[in-house]
Amino acid sequence: MTETAQTDHPDQSGQTDSSRAAQRFGISLEDYLLPTHGRIQLVDQDGALLPTEDQGTTPGHEYPMPSDEELLEGYRHLVIGRRVNDQNYALVRQGRMAVYPSSHGQEASEVAAALCLEQRDWLFPTYRDTVAVLARGVEPLEVMASFRGTWHQGYDPHEHRTSVQSTPLTTQLLHAVGMAQAARLKGEDTVVLGMVGDGGTSEGDFHEALNFAAVFKLPVIFFIQNNKYAISVPLARQTAAPSLAHKAVGYGLAGERVDGNDLAALLAVLGRAVKLCREGGGPFLVEADTYRMQSHTNADDATRYREDDEVSQWAAQDPVPRMRTFLSERGVLTEELEQQISAQAEQVAAGLREAMSQEPVIDPLELFDHVYTVQTPQLAAQRELLAEELARAAQGSAQHQTGQEGQK
Amino acid sequence: MSTTATEQPAAPAAPAKPQTLTFAAALNAALADEMENDPMVVVYGEDVGTLGGVFRITDGLTKRFGDHRCFDTPLAESGIAGTAVGLAMGGARPVIEMQFDAFAYPAFEQVASHIAKMRNRTQGAVPMPLVIRIPYGGGIGGVEHHCDSSESYYAHTPGLKVYTPATVADAYLMLRAAIRLDDPVVFMEPKKLYWSKAAVTLEELRAEFETRWANVEARREHGEPYARAAVARTGTDLTLVSYGPSVPTCMAAAAAAEEEGVSVEVIDLRTVVPLDEETVVTSVRKTGRAVVVAEPQGYASVASELVARIQQACFHSLHGPVLRVTGFDIPFPAPKLEHHHLPSVDRILDAVDELMWDAESEKADSADQAQQAGASR
Repeated sequence: MTETAQTDHPDQSGQTDSSRAAQRFGISLEDYLLPTHGRIQLVDQDGALLPTEDQGTTPGHEYPMPSDEELLEGYRHLVIGRRVNDQNYALVRQGRMAVYPSSHGQEASEVAAALCLEQRDWLFPTYRDTVAVLARGVEPLEVMASFRGTWHQGYDPHEHRTSVQSTPLTTQLLHAVGMAQAARLKGEDTVVLGMVGDGGTSEGDFHEALNFAAVFKLPVIFFIQNNKYAISVPLARQTAAPSLAHKAVGYGLAGERVDGNDLAALLAVLGRAVKLCREGGGPFLVEADTYRMQSHTNADDATRYREDDEVSQWAAQDPVPRMRTFLSERGVLTEELEQQISAQAEQVAAGLREAMSQEPVIDPLELFDHVYTVQTPQLAAQRELLAEELARAAQGSAQHQTGQEGQK
Repeated sequence: MSTTATEQPAAPAAPAKPQTLTFAAALNAALADEMENDPMVVVYGEDVGTLGGVFRITDGLTKRFGDHRCFDTPLAESGIAGTAVGLAMGGARPVIEMQFDAFAYPAFEQVASHIAKMRNRTQGAVPMPLVIRIPYGGGIGGVEHHCDSSESYYAHTPGLKVYTPATVADAYLMLRAAIRLDDPVVFMEPKKLYWSKAAVTLEELRAEFETRWANVEARREHGEPYARAAVARTGTDLTLVSYGPSVPTCMAAAAAAEEEGVSVEVIDLRTVVPLDEETVVTSVRKTGRAVVVAEPQGYASVASELVARIQQACFHSLHGPVLRVTGFDIPFPAPKLEHHHLPSVDRILDAVDELMWDAESEKADSADQAQQAGASR
């Protein structure tokens, strides 16, 4: 807000964005803002490390391999995320959960979005980003409250600096920008990551969020999971741009495209974006090239709008076995660790099954408690009305029970 | 402005003080005082910085507090409202300006889906302490999309509070209170009143605010200090219930009615949400007649809600139906036609006459009876 809005006007040190980019990376501003040709990929779909020349990197767009510890931690979340996705899918089919938009196939993008941030940073997820929210450390049962239908939201966003899972498309990107503004006002070096899908890039809020962030030079990473479909509508109906990452340059922010099923490349690209944001070089746009392996939700039927061939091509690029192979062959992932991780994932799934098989405890009178700081007289009267209804119903069922027992 | 509905503003001391403070200047001072009071209060919108706002409500704030506290944004209303959500979540108290009522619609998704719902969906964990200032209503000859009566959209959305001052003093006091409130407030400023003046000084208003706020802090659980309606004028025959831009029109109608021997009470709601039903009901039970006056199209409006509540609570005290004087159910008219649309003194007086008809006939009846009684003697 305090900095000058025009991209190529000198800042207080007399430098322009062009000169900073050129100085730092030895490239022009345009080359800095535009994504590399193709996409950044470090590990191929079979789990083999790609030769440097095939990684898609160019001068100024260099991405060293993340550490083994980071990758292993990421893999652990991948396995848990996959298990949660599949468990929830089953729970919906069994009628024990109202709805669940699964990110099966996109877990690498989900996990990287959370792990690239530090605790002091903020994440702004969408309804499909449950796995990212879990990777931030939020309790699984709290996350599932909204999908179970007991309340619209189950966790306190401030506890893990993870905002609500936004359903109205792309609106959350503006919240991310506002959060970065608040952090700047407080003098904090918080980085904010906002998640969005390919369909969401067509919304007006996408434009407004990128523009605000760029104009005010805010430390925000816009992370697009391009999973190719917005329910049934394919990417070609959302954009005619060469890639979604190319949208960045029009706003004056840097864009990059990355293999969204390659955890290593994701951590490298997002990690660099976080670092540059923290140093005042934001905002960034990162497009993850991935695929929604399942239907939009259980209520959707993906066979109506896409071919099996396409799905099986993407199945071969699954992020989980790819990382398993890579880390095993690197000697980082041992049999023992693998078993440990599987057991942990199984434990999370069992916890979900158990919790979802119990009747939820909900107090209907809470409906009136959080609308305003202080209940209005009108809401107090309506609360009273519902309380009387509930009391009558409870009395009725008690009498009914007594009657039945008397007949015995 | 009074803490209780029944208190009357002190009668101006004779000789009357000169009317010096404008509604616009009162709002400007309220913003400045809250920015001074709390470094997390930020003011932003379109043209609010260097220019000071198209109505000059933010005049001088950027110069005084810096570009990080009062700033222009890209021209995008959803962006303005959406970033306010993040700012509020991050601990700031954003005060955003929508340049005109009818330019606020691009922000509506952020307002209805997030600003209004965030506290509720997070079970109180994420309040939205922000203010959306909207110049609204007619009476300034604005061209298309520069005048709209949009309050019903906001009033219909649970989670939002809707404040609308009608006096210079309330403009100052209510805006400061709105900024301090932890609920989102749609602060609707009647644009035709921006240049109205009152015989009050900022020093007096500041002192009054401090006194009131000290009281509120002490009795926090009772909620907002300013969610009480004002009895803008006392009367005994009929109650005009109104808010914002229609209050001065009602005051003029009440003065005219008095000349015809009808004593009219005028209620200024101040806040459409929350609604101070108690003050309205007390008044109507006393007078037995009510006319609701508001600028917007009447269909499915704040005015219809008021009529429903009044008839339900005051049915046994009413001498006649609860009437409404509102705008017609048409898109807001062009400048040369808006006076046909907006509630006027004459139209209000017609409604008063309609309700006083029984009183007139009663008077006539009793005069007849007196005459007959006299004749038979």
